[in-house]
Formats: sequence, C-alpha cells, structure tokens
Amino acid sequence: MIEIAGLTKSYGATTVLDGIDLTVGEAQIAAVVGPSGAGKSTLARCINLLERPTSGTIAVNGQDLTRLSRRDLRQARRQIGTVFQSANLLRRLTAAQNVALPMRHAGVPDAEVRRRVADLLDRVGMLHRANHFPSQLSGGQRQRIGIARGLALQPAVLLSDEATSGLDPDTTRSILDLLTELRDDLGVTILVITHEMDVVRAIADVVAQLDHGRIVEQGAVADVVRRSDSPLSRALLPMPPVPADSGLRPWSVRYQHEQVSPVWLAQAGRELDTDIAVLAALVEAAGETRVGRLTLGLEPRLDDRRVVEVLGRHGVVAEPVDRAVLRPVPAAADQEGVA
Amino acid sequence: MTVLLGTPWPDVPDLLLPALGETLRMVLVVMSVVVLLGGPLGLLIFNTSPLGLAPNRAVHVSISWIANLGRSLPFLVLMAAVIPVTKLVFGTTIGFKAALIPMSIAGIAFFARLTESAVRDVPRELLDVGLAAGSSKRQIITSIQLREALPGLAGGLTLNVVAMIEYSAIAGAIGSGGIGYLAVNYGYRRFDDNIMIACIVLLIAIVQLIQFSGDRIVRALTH
Repeated sequence: MIEIAGLTKSYGATTVLDGIDLTVGEAQIAAVVGPSGAGKSTLARCINLLERPTSGTIAVNGQDLTRLSRRDLRQARRQIGTVFQSANLLRRLTAAQNVALPMRHAGVPDAEVRRRVADLLDRVGMLHRANHFPSQLSGGQRQRIGIARGLALQPAVLLSDEATSGLDPDTTRSILDLLTELRDDLGVTILVITHEMDVVRAIADVVAQLDHGRIVEQGAVADVVRRSDSPLSRALLPMPPVPADSGLRPWSVRYQHEQVSPVWLAQAGRELDTDIAVLAALVEAAGETRVGRLTLGLEPRLDDRRVVEVLGRHGVVAEPVDRAVLRPVPAAADQEGVA
Repeated sequence: MTVLLGTPWPDVPDLLLPALGETLRMVLVVMSVVVLLGGPLGLLIFNTSPLGLAPNRAVHVSISWIANLGRSLPFLVLMAAVIPVTKLVFGTTIGFKAALIPMSIAGIAFFARLTESAVRDVPRELLDVGLAAGSSKRQIITSIQLREALPGLAGGLTLNVVAMIEYSAIAGAIGSGGIGYLAVNYGYRRFDDNIMIACIVLLIAIVQLIQFSGDRIVRALTH
C-alpha cells in the first residue's frame, strides 16, 4: 500500500510536484497519467526516494520513507520493486544475472538466489532466455527480465515507470497481462506511470491525472469513465468525431453495460416519440466493467430536461454537447488512433 | 671524424633483448601503480561530480585539479621538475628507479581521467537500478559502475600502456634503460643506424601488438 501526502518537489524556484495526495490500496493497480513534463517521472523517482521530496510524506506499508535514516531507507527500498523505462538491464550480465543482482546485493544465499531466479524467469516466461545477454533479447523480452528483476526481492509494491512505452501493441498487451497477473496472484500493489491511455483502460483500478505537477483528477477507473464532464474521462474514452451538420442536436451519453437494458435505445426513442440517430458509439472495457459511450443525434425541438429524464430512467447519463466537445480531445497526442 | 659502423645485425639482439626486458619491466611496474592509484582516483573524481553517487563539489574540484596537474606538463618537463622528489625517495636521479616517479605521476593522472570517462559512459539509469534496489554505494561501484565500464576501462588501459611505453622511451634521456635508452645512446648519439632501425621496428611491433590485443579484449568484453 502506498500513501502519498502533500508531496512537493521543487528545484530552486521551479515546482515540479505540487502537493500530491495519492493513495494506492493493497493489491491495486494505480495509473498516473499526464502529458510529458507533467511531473510523472519525478513522482516515480520520489516514491522510492531516488529524488528526495521537498516536503510531504511517502508511506509504503505504513512506513514513512522520508523519515528514514540512510541505512533504513536502503532496507525499505527493497520492498519497492522498480521497473524502468527501457528495462535498464546491465549490458554485461545475462538475463539470469540481472535478475539475481538485487538478491546478491541484499545478501540472499546462493542456493536461494538460484531458486528464485528460476522461479521469476519462469513467471515472466523467460526461463529459456536465462543465459542470454540483453543485446540478444527483444524490447519486450528485456522488459520481462526488468519486471522479474523488479520482483527479485519480493516487494510489496511495484513501480513501473513507462515500462511499456516504445513496445508494440502485442508486446504491451502481454506485459500488461503479466502485471495484472502479479496483482492477482501475488497481491502486489502496482503503480504505473504512463502516458498511454490504453494502458490505463487495460489494467488500472484507479487513475490519477497529473498536470503541471498537480493531480487534477483522480478516482476509480470505473467511476471516472462514467463522469460526463471530465477531461480525464474523455481522454480515457475519446469519442470519434461526428458528421459536421446533420441537422440534429448532438448529445453525449454514457452508461455502464451491466446497468442498462439491452434495448434501452429503442425504448427511449419510443418514449420520446422520436427517431434517435447514433452518430458515434464506443463500448469498451475499463477496469472491471464495460462502459458504453455514444453520441446521439436528437431533434432540436425536444426539451433538454425531458431527454435527460427519460434517458436517466434507463440508467444512462446524458447531456447535450456543443460541437467543440465532439472533436477528438486535444489533451494529448497519445490518444491518436484510440478512437 | 670517425665514421662508426652500425652494430652488426647478428649482434643486435644481444643489445635489443635486454633493453626490451627493461622496457617491459618498467611499464609493468608503473602500470601496477597507475591502475592501483589512478583507478580509484578516477572513480572518486566521477562519483563526487554532480552525476556521481556522492556529489561533493569541493572534493571534486580539488582532486580534479590535482589530476590535471599531472597532465599539464610535457613529460620531459615533468621528469625534470620532479627530480628533487626522486632524489628524496630513491637517492638517485638517473636510471630505472628515477624514471618510475615521473612515469607514475603522469600515468596516474592519465588513467584517472580515462577511468572517469569510462564510468561516465555507464548510463545513469543503471546506477538508479542499484539505488532503487537498496544496494550500497560500494556494491553499485563495483558490480554496476566498474563492471559495466569494463570495455571502456580495457580500452583506456590499452591507451595508457602505449603512453607508458612512449614515456619509458623519453625516460631514456635520464638513463632509465630500455629501448628508448638504447635508441638514444646508440642510434642517436653514435649514429648506429642498425640499432636505430631495430629499436623503431621493435617499438612499432610492440605498440601494434598491444593495441591489437587491447581491441580484442574490448570486443570480448562488450556484449
């Protein structure tokens, strides 16, 4: 479990992180998203105190890291596994030696090291590459070794700093599946720093958006995606653009799959006595749930309040949107292609 | 003016081989000192720099300054400049022992810089791997920094050995013995072309051999 409270990091006059409060529950996967320069990497480096926060506290399993002596901090860091962007494997060590390194430094006995290295490599599906050097492995394979090394000291918490950026979609998928597996099988608490919304949708239980060093929005992924007026929600599930002028009034609606009748759209149309056009639609998995988001085209003559009320009865949140909102969200380049 | 004939070719090895032995002995002794002292000095210079594991501006600047001192003087000048020290330590200002001190000073300063540069090339993120895993600084230096820098260090060592062979030849001027001494005394002062040619060929062969082996070692260490 990670509890960050009032975390601030400044370099001289520049404040990179400004009063971050973030809690990640045990065996949860939390994602911190945000554009480049938002402070994501600094946050990651503050959590294991590679950067010392200017103020605030960081507690891992109840222990405040910022108060520890140098020696205790070294001990505490062993409960935090770190997976780095581009894996950061030592080039002159084999995969197995890379995984063994933290254990050797921590003084784990030889026999135990050998046993655990084999276990870990097996878990990440890399046992057959144990004696390969990093240069002989693909990016995805290197990242698997990096994850195995992050788990070497059986940490309660795993930090992943852009671990999937630069990997192809299939490899990304398999790495994310692996992280989910670690949460489910080993109960590891995982904090994922990423700029990819796909990653958040695929594995995160909770999400926090960082912008200019502050958390501007956070919550359980299942809740965030149901918010109708939230930039993070739109970033998570961006809508495709709708045809320019159909003579219809565009409405943004969203629902949670398991809370609506399969025929809600047809029923609502009958109750409003109108034909409803579907201008754009998405049904996507987000965390544990599936979320539908539609842009509907309704006749302008209809009363707004009545539309909200009728759709609301069907468990659907609706609000009229002006066209500006319908264009792909400009928030980040990393959403390209998601729609 | 007497025109001296060169040493007859069959007799050349009798002069050349002992000289080669002396050169190798000199380089070997000096290089042991150089690696033992220059290596740690280089690590200290890097690790007290802002990029290192224990940044300390005052220490960094002062040892960096000391290392520069050993490299600022042309070797011949350095040799002359440290004569008082040599005399104090060994009680003599000529010969093999006299060459050891200036060669070591120049070599240590050179190797410190080569070591610094080799460990600086190890990506900073790899040090973070150790820090994040709770490793001690000593563990990070030995098993991450030095280990990852090994190809660079081997390359630096090669350069350094070649430089020391060159310095040992310059030290011939103060009667250090070795190939340089032979070339100066016979080849230059006595116009003994055969010895001169033999010395040149031998020096070229040694340097080529060292560079070739060094390159092979660097390649073998690189994964």
